[in-house]
Amino acid sequence: MKKPALEQPRLPGRREVVATLLKAREDVLVVTGLGSAAYDVHAAGDRDDNYYLWGAMGGAALVGLGLAQAQPGKRVLVITGDGEQLMALGGLATIAVARPGNLDIVVIDNERYGETGMQTSHTGLGIDLAKIAAACGFAEAGTLTDLEEVRALGAPRDGHNAGPRLFVIKVAPDCPPRSLPPRDAVFIKNRFRAHLGFASI
Amino acid sequence: MADADPPATHWPSRLYEVLKQADVRQMAYVPDAGHAALIDLFRADRQIVCNVLTTEEEGVAIAAGAWLGGQRAVLLMQSSGVGNCINMLSLPVIARFPLLMLVTMRGEWAEFNPWQVPMGRGAQAALEAVGVRVLRADTAEDLVDSVESAAALAFEADQQIAVLIGQRLLGKKKW
Repeated sequence: MKKPALEQPRLPGRREVVATLLKAREDVLVVTGLGSAAYDVHAAGDRDDNYYLWGAMGGAALVGLGLAQAQPGKRVLVITGDGEQLMALGGLATIAVARPGNLDIVVIDNERYGETGMQTSHTGLGIDLAKIAAACGFAEAGTLTDLEEVRALGAPRDGHNAGPRLFVIKVAPDCPPRSLPPRDAVFIKNRFRAHLGFASI
Repeated sequence: MADADPPATHWPSRLYEVLKQADVRQMAYVPDAGHAALIDLFRADRQIVCNVLTTEEEGVAIAAGAWLGGQRAVLLMQSSGVGNCINMLSLPVIARFPLLMLVTMRGEWAEFNPWQVPMGRGAQAALEAVGVRVLRADTAEDLVDSVESAAALAFEADQQIAVLIGQRLLGKKKW
């Protein structure tokens, strides 16, 4: 039997990470990227103030930007995967320039494309999304590797104006069972708007 | 922008008025000569949040987020940018987000750059293929009416609309 690499830190599983991140969520608005990030948020509890993407890869952080700009009094949290965020590196520059103080982006980073067979992504080949965000000028950016740090990140915050922030959370490359959000995009949209007090049109 | 043709060059300020009237609160753009005057008008307006984009599809996603949060958005781009948007347009098309894009055309009238021709030819077909409705205007008068109508279709009838602004209306690019 192959010996485990003793020096490797044991990374937390993605489900536990996202559940921990959202535990003290209160009225934070959540947007997810497609695939595993959406399943993780759904598994933590389906809510009216979740907006799940099932496609539009590369769009999650920018949907978050438009939402944060429209709702400056609320915190907006984008939860997405490394592959999804890699498709929108330019979007990090756009967000940094826009400086939405109430926007946080969390990249659940397993360094793989989970939907397509766990092929290695650029983050598994040396690309550091937190450093890219920092270089763009995000107010705060960093990489977390344990649940205590995730719990601190998910703790309620007093002010809304310390962003934009981007955090990469390194997770184990596990494949928990899918927890599928509704695929009806119109329903999800109108449910979210109704939560904020807006009519469907 | 120092053209001596007042009626034809008034359209940016008239579009600005129409879009303000339609309660547009966010504007996203990739810089473009044809949209330069309209971009300046929006950027000078402190009630409008403007986002300069690195690529046009970012604006499609921002507009969806704006609507989720109760605001209306407009996207400004040129025809080459339409090609960048295609997969992201699945978001407003399938979720029925209001979408209003104003697209300045290149590659179709007195164009000096052959590289602009393919997307100039393909913009309308590509938009329609993915499910975006297209209006087209070749005169300033028609453009103002078209944008007013497109704003109503987008924000009141949940449609995804692009208004193509003919290159003939924009005039020949000067070097």
